[in-house]
Amino acid sequence: MISSQIQTASYLFAGILFILSLGALSSQESAKRGVLYGIIGMGIAVLSTVLGEGVQGQIYIVIAIAIASIIGLLLARKVEMTSMPQLVAILHSFVGLAAVLVGFGSYLDPETQAMVGTAHTIHLVEVFIGIFIGGITFTGSIIAWGKLEGKIRSKPLIYTGRHIVNIILVLICVVSGFMFATGQGPDGMIHLYVMTGISFFIGIMMVMAIGGADMPVVVSMLNSYSGWAAAAAGFMLGNDLLIITGALVGSSGAILSIIMCEAMNRSFLSVIFGGFGSAPTGEAMAVEGEVTAINHEEVAELLNNAKSVIIIPGYGMAVAKAQFPVHEMVNRLKKQGKIVRFGIHPVAGRLPGHMNVLLAEANVPYDIVLEMDEINDDLPTTDIVLVIGANDIVNPGAQTDPNSPIYGMPVIEAWNATDVIVMKRSMATGYAGVQNPLFFKDNTSMLYGDAKASVDSINSYLD
Amino acid sequence: MRVGIPVEVTDGELRVGATPKTIKRLIKQGFEVSVEKGAGVSANISDENYTVVGAKVIESAKELYANSDIILKVQPVKETEIDLMHKGQVVLSYLYPAQNLDLLQKLADKGINAIAMDAIPRISRAQKMDVLSSMANIAGYRSVIEGANHFGRFLNGQITAAGKVDPAKVLVIGAGVAGLAAIGTARSLGAIVRAFDTRLEVAEQIESMGAEFLSVEIEEDGSTDSGYSKVMSPAFIEAEMALFKKQAAEVDIIITTAQIPGRQAPKLILADHIAVMKPGSIIVDLAASSGGNCVLTKNNEIYTTDNGVTIIGKLDQLPSQSSQLYGNNLCHLLDDMGKAENFKIDMEDDVVSRAMVTYDGKVKWPPEPLPVSPQKPVIEAVKTKQITPPTAAELARKQGVSMLIKLAIIGAFLYLLALVAPPDFMQHFTVFVLSVFIGWQVIWNVSHSLHTPLMAVTNAISGIIIIGGLLQTRDDMSNIMTILAFVAILVASINIVGGFMVTHRMLKMFRK
Repeated sequence: MISSQIQTASYLFAGILFILSLGALSSQESAKRGVLYGIIGMGIAVLSTVLGEGVQGQIYIVIAIAIASIIGLLLARKVEMTSMPQLVAILHSFVGLAAVLVGFGSYLDPETQAMVGTAHTIHLVEVFIGIFIGGITFTGSIIAWGKLEGKIRSKPLIYTGRHIVNIILVLICVVSGFMFATGQGPDGMIHLYVMTGISFFIGIMMVMAIGGADMPVVVSMLNSYSGWAAAAAGFMLGNDLLIITGALVGSSGAILSIIMCEAMNRSFLSVIFGGFGSAPTGEAMAVEGEVTAINHEEVAELLNNAKSVIIIPGYGMAVAKAQFPVHEMVNRLKKQGKIVRFGIHPVAGRLPGHMNVLLAEANVPYDIVLEMDEINDDLPTTDIVLVIGANDIVNPGAQTDPNSPIYGMPVIEAWNATDVIVMKRSMATGYAGVQNPLFFKDNTSMLYGDAKASVDSINSYLD
Repeated sequence: MRVGIPVEVTDGELRVGATPKTIKRLIKQGFEVSVEKGAGVSANISDENYTVVGAKVIESAKELYANSDIILKVQPVKETEIDLMHKGQVVLSYLYPAQNLDLLQKLADKGINAIAMDAIPRISRAQKMDVLSSMANIAGYRSVIEGANHFGRFLNGQITAAGKVDPAKVLVIGAGVAGLAAIGTARSLGAIVRAFDTRLEVAEQIESMGAEFLSVEIEEDGSTDSGYSKVMSPAFIEAEMALFKKQAAEVDIIITTAQIPGRQAPKLILADHIAVMKPGSIIVDLAASSGGNCVLTKNNEIYTTDNGVTIIGKLDQLPSQSSQLYGNNLCHLLDDMGKAENFKIDMEDDVVSRAMVTYDGKVKWPPEPLPVSPQKPVIEAVKTKQITPPTAAELARKQGVSMLIKLAIIGAFLYLLALVAPPDFMQHFTVFVLSVFIGWQVIWNVSHSLHTPLMAVTNAISGIIIIGGLLQTRDDMSNIMTILAFVAILVASINIVGGFMVTHRMLKMFRK
């Protein structure tokens, strides 16, 4: 048993550790320390809670944590770096689910029922909001997981009048929330059920309406929600640590969403409320010209003769798990004395920073992995650009075609290099559903096929 | 605009200011081109070659100078040539402005606008007109060919039926353009190449050409903003000399390329270095014209020392190749200056204003220094989001007003909240708002490449919701609350453990 002062102090300490943990992520060198801070903070938080006054059922707590730890370890061990987005999404849903459960628990708590007056009302509002956010996070994350895993088609599901339906649903929630908050005793349960059902539905529909290319935004948004859900739980339990942590996570997710939206030149609201390309403003420019195909041997020949090479990876590299052969290719080219670098678009992949993680997995040193802004100026002096499984992020239409749905989105200006080689499975369009004029440019050659097989084959022809 | 190409009057100069190919380009740019009779003979270009591409051949220099607006030359103009020029005429040639201030004065007095091709700033944009680079490239190539010519053996190693041949070892001192070209040529002939330079930044370039970078124990970087090396400390020079002495005994061919414009070339190969060299070894001194990097070099001479070392202080110019490249450099410059139609001397232009050593009757030398070396990359791991500073006062006032409104709304909201909320809530609310602010500040500092780990770690941390479950567990398992709490703890713990583990796994992979 520890006193409540000690418990508060421990919470404060844990809060500080969490802040340091996030702060440490400002650089690769300190990032590992950040994880350690986080783990220590979490350990302190859990221990000081369990040891605190009035905690019962320790045996169940230990059992639950033990089972969960095993599951968690297995999950984290087994997951492939390419399926990182799915894992993150499913973990978000857990937080949402926990928030919902904690909300119900809090409502059923006899102490709650005993409260009176404003305190009671405010508490009920907190419960209501907590469950609402938790519910959206829960189902939204499950749908996001399904889309990333390919179990649910990634095309946005949009029906007319969906905005009106959503507004009506939210209104119902507000009304039932009002009745719930003013009610006494356990009568409000029915309102809670109705609202939970609605929040689940909203969560599902919200993510269903979002296209695959917007996934980085969705995942970071759900990340944010999971934080707010935790903060709401903190309010209903009167627990400052939950509030602090929830607020940190919430703002972190919000910032990531903003960064992702900026990278795609889309407003946050339009991502949430509409699918990509659902409102084209006019006929997109017709793409003229011919596509030139190239074979592996010719690509290898070009690479052998080049001095500087920039590789632009996209989701296709992740899907094909081509990061390992790509790294081998980089090593060979570097051994020949060529300058080889990577150009990473902020929204390449399905998670913020997805490509960096994949390349790190393949042991690519991070000092040759550059951001879009760093690499764009160097492209005109580059001999060869290899676009591996990326499409929209190298689309010149974003700069030249005002009718293109992605017009105004910052892109990597691959076409400025002397030669561009695009590795792609077929001529299909990217997630934005836009034809890419880059493929039709004179200095672009297409190499069809699976990225991993292609790179392996090129490697065999390299000097 | 009329462009004239006179015969080079300097003794031993075989190059010419334009070849048929570059004349074709000039004509395409809209210039009328005249060539003095016999201008290209020494570079194997006959007058017919010129007339075929559309140039006019003019009998005398006098006539040529009188009828040209722009003169393209190689060597600095001589006084006899200045006499033939007229006011306002533009002349492009080597001028060595630092050593030839008298000449510049004379040109200025006559009102001639002279562009010193050797004073083109060595910045990226001007690379296509950088004659020092294009000529150094040729010199580097030629130095190896010349060295190999006097060297009595193969450069590459061979194992033949008649026995084994060891590859020759070549040491290149100074890895500028000439040095790198020499490395490339020697490598392609099969020699083992080593190279030395005081500028540490070129180590990578040397290795990229396939040579071994030699360095001394002392750490000192000789690079400067001008792109040339600085004078090193005595301790460094001592170590350098010791290195050269050791290498001199080992290698077969030494090529020195260390030159600093406007100054005596540094003495790098001393008499005692030569003394230890093997008989039959070669020294090619590309700095012979500015005094030589080797103490025994004789300018424009090839001779063999008493211990059998051949020292080459004279290189063939490859007149036809170098005229071609030099002519291209001139074309690029004229192209940059607006071609024939819009030809203009733009003193705002960095390249033109620096190379224009006399303009409008005045000497414009020396110009301000311009840094050319690639700046050392500033490591910027932290990207901070900047709040854009308002530029115009209007904007500032607008922002001020909107900020005031926002603050007023926030204030009113807080006041209303305080009216209804219990004290407990207000306290938690304070914590909440401040935490949001802290989170906001901290997260903007997170490096872009770490966004996935960030997400995973915040995910793990948001598992803190476990505390809710912990507080709600009851001893009685049949209590619905306990069951809810049990599940909440379970999923939240999966989140915590899974989240931290996977973050750890990811971060372990990042390496420099």
